[in-house]
Amino acid sequence: MNPPIQTPSRPETLEELMLQALAMEREAVERYSELADMMQAHNNRDVAELFHKMAGYEQHHVDHILKDMSWPADKATPRYAGVWTAPDGPEVVPIEEMHYLMQPWHALQLALAAEQRAHDFFDALVRNAANDTIRRAAEEMRAEEAEHIELVRAWMEKVPQPDSDWAADPDPPRYID
Amino acid sequence: MNDMAESAALAAADYKSGYKPVWCPGCGDYGVLGAVTRALAILQRPPHEVAVVSGIGCSSRIPAYTSCYGFHGVHGRALAAGTGLKVARPDLTVIVAGGDGDGYSIGGNHFLHACRRNVDLTYIVMDNHVYGMTKGQASPTTEPDWDSKLAPGGTGVRSFHPLVIALAAGANFIARAFSGDSGGAAEIIAQAIRHPGFSFVEVMSPCVTFRPEQKDWKQSVRRTGVPETGDPAQAARRIMTDDGFNIGVLYAGDRPVYARERAATVTPAELEAEFAL
Repeated sequence: MNPPIQTPSRPETLEELMLQALAMEREAVERYSELADMMQAHNNRDVAELFHKMAGYEQHHVDHILKDMSWPADKATPRYAGVWTAPDGPEVVPIEEMHYLMQPWHALQLALAAEQRAHDFFDALVRNAANDTIRRAAEEMRAEEAEHIELVRAWMEKVPQPDSDWAADPDPPRYID
Repeated sequence: MNDMAESAALAAADYKSGYKPVWCPGCGDYGVLGAVTRALAILQRPPHEVAVVSGIGCSSRIPAYTSCYGFHGVHGRALAAGTGLKVARPDLTVIVAGGDGDGYSIGGNHFLHACRRNVDLTYIVMDNHVYGMTKGQASPTTEPDWDSKLAPGGTGVRSFHPLVIALAAGANFIARAFSGDSGGAAEIIAQAIRHPGFSFVEVMSPCVTFRPEQKDWKQSVRRTGVPETGDPAQAARRIMTDDGFNIGVLYAGDRPVYARERAATVTPAELEAEFAL
C-alpha cells in the first residue's frame, strides 16, 4: 500500500499538473504543522520548531504555485486519494515515524526522505509528460525538489547526530517490558 | 482523478478545535481525527449540527479536538449516550467514537444493542488491540498469543471479531478503514454518515507505544478489491474469510432504521417539574 516511489496519474494539462503539485504541497504544510503541534504537546521544542520551519517552507511553495497560476488562496484541489498510489501525498512525513524523544537530526532525516519522494514524483511526471509544456513545468519542480534535498542535507550537517541511546527514558511510558 | 473538490465553504480545519491532541507522537488516532474532520468537510455539515460522543480511553479524547458539539462520557457508555441524543435530536449528525476496550469490553453490550436498534448514527472504533491509556493490558481484540508482562504467554483467549458481530447483530453499514490512509478513511466515514441507520467503521489505528509492531500494518493493508454488498450472507463470508487487512465498505444494507413512533407528549420542562424539590 505504500511503495517507495509513487506513480502519479498522468496530467493532460498544465492546470492538472499544478493542481497535483498544489495538493501535494498543501498536504505537506498540513502534516508538518500537525507534527509540530505533536512535538509541542510533548515539550520537544527543538523538533517542534524544526517542523514549524518546514511547514513554512512548504507554505512558500503553495504561495508560489498560487501566484504562478494566478489562483486564489482558497483554490480547490481534487482529492487525490486513489490517484496517488500511497495513502499520503509524496511529500508527507508519516505520522507513525514520530517519537517523543526524537531529535532534529531524525526530523531532518524524515524530511529528506519526503523531499526525495517529491523529487521522484516529479521525475516520473517528466518521464511520462503528455506534452512539452507539462514536461518543462515538471522539470522545473523536479529541480526545485533537488535543491531542497541539498538544503536539507546541508542542514543535517549542522545538527548533531543522536547518540545511540537517544530513546532511553528513565521514566518511560512503557514500563511493562 | 476523483472529481469531487474539497474546500468549498468549510474545510477540514474548520472542524478542529484549538486544543492540541496529547496522544503519543506517532499514534494512529491523529489520522482518525484528520479523517473525521475531512469527512465532515466532504459532507459540508456545519459543526453546530454535529455531535461527537465518546467514552473513556486515549481515542475517546477526540470530541475535545473537534469544533463540533462534544460529550466525553462514561467508560463504555458512549453508544447509550449517542443513541439517546440521536433519538431526542434527530436533526443532529451523531458520531460516536472510542477504542476497542471501551467499545467491545466495557461497552460490549451497548455495542450489540446499538447494532440491533439501528438508530441512524455512526460509530467509529479506533482499534489498536490494547488498552493504551492504562498502560498496555490486553483488550478484547488482542491476539491470544500476544506476549507481555501483563499477560505472560498471551491471554490464550480468542479475539473478539467486531465486524461479523456487528453484522449478526443488525448494523446497517460495516466498514474497515486504516488511520494511515486518512484520506481513504475520510471517504469511508463520509459514506458511513450518509448511510441510514447504524453505521460501524472499524479503524485500524496503531498504538506506537504499546504495540509498536503495528507500524507494519501500513505494509499489509489494501483496499478491498470487491464491490460493497447489501447481502448479509455474502458480507459474512467476506468478513469471516479475510485476513483483517482489507480496507473498504464490507456491508451496506437496507435494514429498517429505528424511528420514533410518536412525537414527544411532554416537554422537558414538564419532565423536570416532576423532579422539582
